[in-house]
Amino acid sequence: MKTKQLLKYLRIDRWPTVWCPGCGNGIILKAFLEAVDQLKLKKDRIAVVSGIGCSSRATGYLDFNTMHTLHGRAIAFATGVKLARPEFKVIVMGGDGDLASIGGNHFIHACRRNIDLTVIVFNNMIYGMTGGQYSPTTPEEEYASTAPYGHIEKPFDIVKLALSAGATYVARATVYHYNLLVRYIKEAIEHKGVSVVDVISNCHTYFGRYNGMPEPYQMLEYFKTNSVTLQKAQTMSEEELEGKIVIGQFRKEEKPCYMDCYRELQKKAQGR
Amino acid sequence: MPKMVLMQGDEAAALGAIRAGCRFYAGYPITPASEIAEVMSRELPKVGGVFIQMEDEIASAAAIIGASLAGVKSMTATSGPGFSLMQEAIGYAVMTETPTVFVNVMRGGPSTGLPTKPSQGDIMQARWGTHGDHAIIALYPSSVQEIYKYIITAFNLAEKYRTPVVFLMDETLGHMRENFIMPSEREVFIYNRLREEQIKEEEVFLPYETEEYAEPTPQPLVEMGKARFHVSGLIHDEAGFPMANPDIADRLVRRLVEKIRLHADEISIYDEYMTEDAEVLIIAYGITARSAMRAVKIARNDRIKVGLFRPITIWPVPRTRLKELLSRVNSVIIAEMNLGQYAHEVLSLTKNDVRVKLVNKVNGELITPQEILDAVTELQSGIVGYY
Ligand SMILES: Cc1ncc(C[n+]2csc(CCOP(=O)(O)OP(=O)(O)O)c2C)c(N)n1
Ligand code: SF4
Repeated sequence: MKTKQLLKYLRIDRWPTVWCPGCGNGIILKAFLEAVDQLKLKKDRIAVVSGIGCSSRATGYLDFNTMHTLHGRAIAFATGVKLARPEFKVIVMGGDGDLASIGGNHFIHACRRNIDLTVIVFNNMIYGMTGGQYSPTTPEEEYASTAPYGHIEKPFDIVKLALSAGATYVARATVYHYNLLVRYIKEAIEHKGVSVVDVISNCHTYFGRYNGMPEPYQMLEYFKTNSVTLQKAQTMSEEELEGKIVIGQFRKEEKPCYMDCYRELQKKAQGR
Repeated sequence: MPKMVLMQGDEAAALGAIRAGCRFYAGYPITPASEIAEVMSRELPKVGGVFIQMEDEIASAAAIIGASLAGVKSMTATSGPGFSLMQEAIGYAVMTETPTVFVNVMRGGPSTGLPTKPSQGDIMQARWGTHGDHAIIALYPSSVQEIYKYIITAFNLAEKYRTPVVFLMDETLGHMRENFIMPSEREVFIYNRLREEQIKEEEVFLPYETEEYAEPTPQPLVEMGKARFHVSGLIHDEAGFPMANPDIADRLVRRLVEKIRLHADEISIYDEYMTEDAEVLIIAYGITARSAMRAVKIARNDRIKVGLFRPITIWPVPRTRLKELLSRVNSVIIAEMNLGQYAHEVLSLTKNDVRVKLVNKVNGELITPQEILDAVTELQSGIVGYY
């Protein structure tokens, strides 16, 4: 799609962004706008809520109702927005640190409640904004500014976390798989209930530099060669899947969302 | 026909809030504030509002700010430990100028403290709990009737000044039952949020615009929608967009403080009893003011010229009136269930030759009228020194 067509969704006077050239954040943002455009959503009826981090700065550049909130709390703020104005499409954007570490509790509870939010995880496996410290998705043995001897913790798999917490739409793509990304984000926004899209992205500035891939293209190459589709993954053994990124749509399930249930509750309370 | 009602303090906070237009409540259970959540969970759906029990107080505070920015008046209620967790979000509400009401039913601290006992230990936390320079409005009623009345005021002040308002109570007030006459429609003023239809199509809404509006009263917030505004906890320009420019930073932080400071007289609410000829001024608030009231009555029977000043807006301090009174008396007693948190503020307004006696208690028990009378006696016999 022509980028020009998407400019109408941007606060173009606020560009350029604070992001490093080549950062995956830009790719995710474009995929999101393309999804919005395909869905023909009204700008006035979209609210985008972000936390704190490089990725969370996205909201400032978008010409929707936008909130740049507190580190880790975007989902909680978004919960308030959605319950106050159920007619809005509410999208949450944040980093892996933001959504899975400091905001991990809000993440699992939003999944459990099946609240009608779309959560887009800008998963670059590191803390970008604060200078490359390890995050809850940093793989074992990789390096970070606070893991100078290699990381010793096991990472979270955001998809598995979302699935077990009860999310009703779960998908994963990488910034290399742009078209897939657009499709998943589009489906996620359309989905009623909580939807999670885990987007594996490049922070070449920190993750890449610490781990032998300082150029954006090197990280994209890495995503290309290490990704396997869900269908393929189902035929592979644990060992074969070691270090692989499984991409695909993991769940899509129709269930009453929080606000549907609350409307029923309101009727009961009103004796209707 | 005036309607007499019997209510618990916590219940009055919930029902008063709904009367003020609150249609969203998010909270986390904690003694002695849980009853507020329970009443909200029962009453809000009846009026088309939404109640949600969040996973913690951080989430609760964030959710009410989100709901308020979206266009719905919102509140949460908690006690000390939860109030501590909410502080970062309160700062966000200050910075984004989001009308919100945070009820803190105080219990003994620090830490888990005395969960079922009253305290007034969070007076300073209400003022300075969140980081950075800022101003805040905090109200503290003394009866169930006042809880109902002033929580409506709290919502109105939040809208008008676009600020979080802290509504202080204590365990005793929260759990006591009293009757009062339900105010009629005519007696209740409600400050409403601007709806998106009220802004013109071509008008670009700047959430932090100051020029057109008599500075430093902020322009009213409009609900989310057509305006498509951006909010951020970062230092921002009038459109809400992050800006690290020193001039913008300086102007914003000063404005956030000034918009409350310059209206302190207008915001101030207080009550006085027998202060006209008082030589001894007792200052007390919340539940303690009721003991102080009793003490004044007893002392007056003994022809001792004692008066009571009861701040209802704890923050900003009703300085103008308090200073005037303090300049006329020869002694002052400050009674509070903490170790002198408000005394600190009061004493910064006194002249040097005023004699001072503090009555403080932190054992989870109320200050009695007798303890205040003892302070009066001590002052009369000259036992205490000058401040
Ligand atoms: C309460 C709090 N703790 C810490 C920080 C500092 N901080 C800012 S961004 C960030 C992490 C950023 O990493 P991530 O969320 O993964 O986003 P990215 O920058 O990689 O997009 C941290 C720790 C903060 N702003 N607030
Ligand atoms: S530091 Fe990393 S995440 Fe942040 S903008 Fe640069 S490349 Fe992107």
